[in-house]
Amino acid sequence: MIALIDYGAGNLTSVRKGFAAAGGDIVSPADPDALGDASGIVVPGVGHFSATASLEGEWRDAIARLVQRGTPLLGICLGLQWLFEGSDEAPAQPGLGVLRGRCLRLPPGRKIPHVGWNVLSTRASRLLAGIPDGTYAYFTHSYAAPVSDASTAITDYGSPFASAVEQDNVYGVQFHPEKSGPAGVRILKNFVAITRKA
Amino acid sequence: MLAKRIIACLDVRDGCVVKGVNFEGLRQAGDPAALASRYNEEGIDELVILDVTATIEGRQALASTIRAVSSQLFIPLSVGGGIRTEADAAAAVEAGADKISLNSAPLEDPSLIERLAARYGSQAVVIAIDAKRSPDGFDVFARSGRAATGRNAVDWAREAESRGAGEILLTSIDRDGTRAGFDCELTAAVSRAVNIPVIASGGAGEFEHFYDVFTSGAADAALAASIFHYAEHAVSDLKTYLHDRGIPMRIAKC
Repeated sequence: MIALIDYGAGNLTSVRKGFAAAGGDIVSPADPDALGDASGIVVPGVGHFSATASLEGEWRDAIARLVQRGTPLLGICLGLQWLFEGSDEAPAQPGLGVLRGRCLRLPPGRKIPHVGWNVLSTRASRLLAGIPDGTYAYFTHSYAAPVSDASTAITDYGSPFASAVEQDNVYGVQFHPEKSGPAGVRILKNFVAITRKA
Repeated sequence: MLAKRIIACLDVRDGCVVKGVNFEGLRQAGDPAALASRYNEEGIDELVILDVTATIEGRQALASTIRAVSSQLFIPLSVGGGIRTEADAAAAVEAGADKISLNSAPLEDPSLIERLAARYGSQAVVIAIDAKRSPDGFDVFARSGRAATGRNAVDWAREAESRGAGEILLTSIDRDGTRAGFDCELTAAVSRAVNIPVIASGGAGEFEHFYDVFTSGAADAALAASIFHYAEHAVSDLKTYLHDRGIPMRIAKC
């Protein structure tokens, strides 16, 4: 059972449908106490980084505890940004901080938000198994995470940013796998498989 | 590089695609889910379901159409046509729409844009603008092009952006249905005035029209209906044509 955290940042219908197609058994626990049995955690989210304030406190503690025990965690879009120390979009709001660095606004000179299909430059990873270098994924965001050792895919929009990350049992994608066609469904399947092995 | 998007529009009435479809091998030609699936296989980047129904029965059919399409296809899906209230938007989103396309309602009550952007995020709010040339520039029309609003298309696009719209779907009333090409001047005027993506619509008849609107029209995406309905492989052929002419296109790898 994978716990999809519903903290009010956008509609989760598409994420649920994506995991259904990927063979994942998804629940959205009503409170952090119900997280205990989860084999994996998904933090989705669209919109402003300040929305992650709803995760502060008990949710954050419960997620951090499970991640420390080795439970796989996948952040999608805003959820990926939350894995980092914070974002310039809401400087006072800390992220989970399991990945080093801060998220920054995409550089000026092009339309923002970055909306549409862009290319992933990938390296070998568990989450991106079977995803060839040069695959297109669907993005919609204005802030992005820095490129680091944790980056498993890099995308360029004015400057390069981390479009996928992976560090131990922590995974993240800036794009929307649930809207990225067969490649996106494959990534969700990979995460479901990771939760079964963990 | 960010690809330019090719978007197919399905006009749906009472659960069926209204405009003619000539695909061989598509047994249920009027079934939106079957047509959507066909476009998806050909590499369409996004789908728009435009509801042209006025009845309550039709509305219920719309929700099941959205559900059927969104459970099978994992690409962005917009729904528009007759969405006037937050409740209409909620019904479409709960059925599986990723984006809501609004046309007439925000012209009467622009604060609807802010309320929907706050609830679902700007990425989910598309403002559809139907524009017609006039001596003063480009005028905005409401109610399927029947009602003049006294607004200028460039100004309305800027206002929509400032209120939280995530994209503009810009239709040329002059070109719609003519297959004479997109109105590149209109598209460029709006696209250069805002910092959000602009989807060009109205007038697609030949592959070259898409090239023109992505270059001189400065469009971020282009939408069409009948050009895709009437020819098999039109979507994949179009994307190959544009790719070969140097327009960044998503060509599926897996």
